[in-house]
Amino acid sequence: MYSEKVMDHFTNPRNVGEIEDANAVGQVGNPKCGDIMKIYMKIDDNSEVIEDVKFKTFGCGAAVATSSMATEMVKGKTIKEALEITNIAVAEALDGLPPVKMHCSNLAQEAIHSAIADYYNRKGIDPTGIVGCNGNCECCHGGEEE
Amino acid sequence: MTKRIYADHSATTPLRKEVLDEMMPYLTENYGNPSSIYAEGRACKKAVETAREKVAGAIGASPKEIYFTGSGSEADNWAIKGAAYALREKGNHIITSAVEHHAVLHTCKALEKEGFEVTYLPVDEFGMVSPESVKAAITDKTILITIMFANNEIGTIMPIEEIGMIAKEKGVLFHTDAVQAVGMEEIDVRKMNIDMLSLTAHKFYGPKGAGALYIRQGVKVRRLIEGGAQERNQRAGTENVAAIVGLGKAIELATADIAGHKAKLSKLRDAYISRVLKEIPFTRLNGHPTKRMASNANISFEFIEGESLLLMLDMKGIAASSGSACTSGSLDPSHVLLAIGLKHEIAHGSLRVTFGNDNTMEDVNYIVDSLVEIVSRLRSMSPLYEAAVKEGRVKA
Repeated sequence: MYSEKVMDHFTNPRNVGEIEDANAVGQVGNPKCGDIMKIYMKIDDNSEVIEDVKFKTFGCGAAVATSSMATEMVKGKTIKEALEITNIAVAEALDGLPPVKMHCSNLAQEAIHSAIADYYNRKGIDPTGIVGCNGNCECCHGGEEE
Repeated sequence: MTKRIYADHSATTPLRKEVLDEMMPYLTENYGNPSSIYAEGRACKKAVETAREKVAGAIGASPKEIYFTGSGSEADNWAIKGAAYALREKGNHIITSAVEHHAVLHTCKALEKEGFEVTYLPVDEFGMVSPESVKAAITDKTILITIMFANNEIGTIMPIEEIGMIAKEKGVLFHTDAVQAVGMEEIDVRKMNIDMLSLTAHKFYGPKGAGALYIRQGVKVRRLIEGGAQERNQRAGTENVAAIVGLGKAIELATADIAGHKAKLSKLRDAYISRVLKEIPFTRLNGHPTKRMASNANISFEFIEGESLLLMLDMKGIAASSGSACTSGSLDPSHVLLAIGLKHEIAHGSLRVTFGNDNTMEDVNYIVDSLVEIVSRLRSMSPLYEAAVKEGRVKA
């Protein structure tokens, strides 16, 4: 049911791990729904280029593959370019996802936004105008209550 | 291609060679319609009736109490809807459990929309329904109790004989979905006071598309499929002769030595469970420690998700199943695992291994060795594991 590209990214995920001195960290999803993605970025303050990116994901094959693909897509991009990456673009880059798995691609897009929001929050800048949310919105962290 | 190890026998089983051999003539030269009066028809009719005797013999019933269906799900639907419609004048209350197969649960849900009231009995931490809770739930409106013989996900074997006793005392019909139990547990519908029982061939090395419903003589159940006079006018449709013949042969073989079969499988199961719990930390066995199907091992692996686990096992040549949401097509994990009190994230990380005839101790060891490697890999990329390490719950 998964494309060869999904299986490739699931089997050999790119950019797995943590970045010790990350200056942007985002986590979205919740354990109840069965998928959580945490993304670490190292963003250059002058150029606003995402120099390094790593992720950790708890989730199904599609969640792992979209995490891997999304990190590939943002690496070396500017913040502005990274924010333009849509969930559909991530899914397309993977040669598509089964319909029931499309929500997994939202996870990757939301994780990127959440990390960039964190980057601005750390600098004392309100990210709402730039990212579209402040990084703490319901859509990304919905249902975390017990 | 790497060697395949099939460890999902509760999903389905391979067809036995002896069963296929019995079926073959009815897929080739014996193509008659059992309802036809001439020789070709009579030969097929005879084969169907021989199969009926074998099914009856396997569960302590009489042949005229056995009705062939197209699946276990059809048998469940028929028993529950058929009894509900037949007894509507007497009452509208049905008792079942929270851990039934969807063939039972969704049928009960459908009846609720038609005005029936259903009690979904909770289970204990091992997935067991208590006979006392069944007794307490019976009202003067109760027309049917339907409780599964053995649970398909966690393998728990229900106290069927006790529930049968209660149903008999109270004069309430008792149906059991025994789809997982046939060939795994001794079944005697008389001794156990079972009024209706569902089974299906493909769970015990028979063909798919052949099920049966036992209906105790004297019990009135409304038929669901109208048409011809097949199955003594209770279930229309030309008989799937080859599959019915296969069902007969498969149940005969599966019930010839239940004790031996259980002894063989429980040895594999116990070795698997003890190695996994010992060698992989943050695991728990789901289901009852002793009152469980000899084939079934259901274990939760904390911090990881079931579908990822299945995909990685598949790449190692292992076929198993999971209660994770991602394998169910919904966002919720298995209703059975939630009913025994597991938290969602633990339920998402469950793995069901069900052993069968062809499995060996070598298979068990290969599965466990693979799991040690896969679980550690998935945990290394899990943010939940990372958080547990930071909280000091886990030593890095």
